[in-house]
Amino acid sequence: MTINKNKKFKDKIIQLSHGDGGIKTGELINNLLLKYFGNEILNKLEDSAVLNCSGKRIAYTTDSFVVNPIFFPGGDIGKLSICGTINDLVTTGCTPVAMSLSFILEEGFPVPDFEKILLSIKNTTLDTNLKIVTGDTKVVEKGSADKIFINTSGIGFFGNNIDISPRKIEVGDKILINGGIAEHGTAILSSRKEFNFKTSIVSDCAPLSSMVNDMLSASKKIHALRDATRGGLASILFELARASEININIHDDKIPVKKEVRGICEFLGLDPLYIANEGKMVVFVDRKDADKVLKAMKKNKYGKDSQIIGEVTEKGEGLVILVTELGTRRILDLQYSEQLPRIC
Amino acid sequence: MKKKIKELVEFLNKNKPVRSINIMEVCGTHTMAISRYGLRQLIPENINLISGPGCPVCVTPTSDIDWIIEIARQYDVSVFTFGDMFRVPGTESSLYNERSRGRDIKICYSPADVLNFAKNNPDKKVIFIAIGFETTVPLTSVIVKRAYKENIDNFFIYNTHKLVPEALELLLVDREVKINAFLCPGHVSVIIGSKPYNFIAEDYHIPCVISGFEPMDILESIATIIRQINKGIAEVEIQYRRVVREEGNPTAVKLMYEVFDKSDSLWRGLGNISGSGLKLKNKFLKFDAKTFFPVKRIKSREPAGCECGDVLKGIKKPAECRLFSKICKPENPVGPCMVSSEGSCAAYYKYEKLKV
Repeated sequence: MTINKNKKFKDKIIQLSHGDGGIKTGELINNLLLKYFGNEILNKLEDSAVLNCSGKRIAYTTDSFVVNPIFFPGGDIGKLSICGTINDLVTTGCTPVAMSLSFILEEGFPVPDFEKILLSIKNTTLDTNLKIVTGDTKVVEKGSADKIFINTSGIGFFGNNIDISPRKIEVGDKILINGGIAEHGTAILSSRKEFNFKTSIVSDCAPLSSMVNDMLSASKKIHALRDATRGGLASILFELARASEININIHDDKIPVKKEVRGICEFLGLDPLYIANEGKMVVFVDRKDADKVLKAMKKNKYGKDSQIIGEVTEKGEGLVILVTELGTRRILDLQYSEQLPRIC
Repeated sequence: MKKKIKELVEFLNKNKPVRSINIMEVCGTHTMAISRYGLRQLIPENINLISGPGCPVCVTPTSDIDWIIEIARQYDVSVFTFGDMFRVPGTESSLYNERSRGRDIKICYSPADVLNFAKNNPDKKVIFIAIGFETTVPLTSVIVKRAYKENIDNFFIYNTHKLVPEALELLLVDREVKINAFLCPGHVSVIIGSKPYNFIAEDYHIPCVISGFEPMDILESIATIIRQINKGIAEVEIQYRRVVREEGNPTAVKLMYEVFDKSDSLWRGLGNISGSGLKLKNKFLKFDAKTFFPVKRIKSREPAGCECGDVLKGIKKPAECRLFSKICKPENPVGPCMVSSEGSCAAYYKYEKLKV
């Protein structure tokens, strides 16, 4: 995101759009939060901060989870909190090692539901080397929070010679994704009680540390990774293109979208390119290594439907161009929408 | 699929009309599909696709938004709206802003859910903003009939329903509007069939093709129009044969007129159009939110500089409006055409802002 500290934050009250990962979130971060806290690390606005601690590099991130409903097809708020934190960390190429967990619980929240969430958290961490090493619990009066909110932070360590960052992206890089998009957003939406029809869509919520590990073993030329969460695939491509001053071509017919997901998006007038994922990594890799990385991704259980979806075409102002199945072209922009609040 | 598209594009290039022609796609869903798939890049330059008034949210006058907001402010009510209407600006606020200020405004996906909410919450007064053309009127009708039958007295509709063919006639008599053919909305014709458009072909000698919404449907419909124009004929044809029949769906039409009578209706940008609206029959008037929740007269005004009217009539393209993408953007919409998922300004902003 472009940082312009001279811009004033003009809005008078906080609205849901300030939390949707789109234009208004950008304004909140750039024009209000960075005004108070801006520094050379935070200003990068990456999924994780990379710190230098006595000569050792450490990745550090934080996240909060307010998803509604707390149990949804393919996961729950507990699994989501672990996956979200892990995926933010692994975008730097690090190995997640430690996490904090804080719960904000609403008075009256059923203990069996809480235990179900705790068990789910435990099961999700089994897949990884991650330990929960610290935490906190607060309980608020009924009505002051909705059932359960979770806050996390995470720390990861780096192997030798791993340097992955948007600034490493080069012209010619291929862009890959590890499977169908928009599954988390549409799964949450269709499991909301106000949404009265059944679908078989399941959230893609998954910890991607093992897949990223496999990818890093397959190639030393992975330049950048990005977790395509809020705002969907289009928004993160837009942000990366802007930040790295490159132009990108994406091929519509190569982007995996499950038929049912596409159907529900069409029905509701939503664009799958802008719908949240919780287990999708966008990968920028040197074109010579693209097939190697694709193969490694496909071997992992979270990357079976991986695809090469586009390429970096040139240095530029940050245009993301979608080439449609008809061969026509259009620009993908950062979009404004708050249609799906409390998605994560 | 791709081969068929290639053939259609070749046909259009080979048979392009000698003069420049304007085809109005009446329906906002067509506008979106045309922009989203970049269809203008495929067809000859002298076939001009212009957007029409077929986005229900876009043609809802500011006074309706103001009225709903006033009801929400003055009475203890739960207002249910489709998402598209949520951020449309009224004179000085929107439903979205009102919700941020604590008013009970909810997004819904189906009127049946709203009626169920009313049934399950008998202590709440529940208003559903009934919006849409012939496509959605039968759904509202079903719900109103059910509410009547089950004697649900805390459910109301704020009715903004409108009818398409009547609005098209207004465009045809407007001298500023230059239309050589209509691409007619497929979903509306699922209900009303093709006959209500016959007068356009017969009296005004303008070809009408009822089209589906896939890129191939639209290209095929354009090709059909070009064939008619080149032959000098004007007919109503159905391209969207998969779901549209000439007679439409008589059961659904009957249902509409069991609950509603035709009335005049105010269209944003187009003015009052005789016979283009629907009002609840006397029997169902107890469900009418405007009657049940009287509000003081509201002074509505259209935003200064907003040229939605000319955009809705196809006189101006969205980018020709002075406010487009300068002041009027999706995050700060001046008019509804920039908000609605079927709005032509939103389509141009999202998909055609920059020429590639």
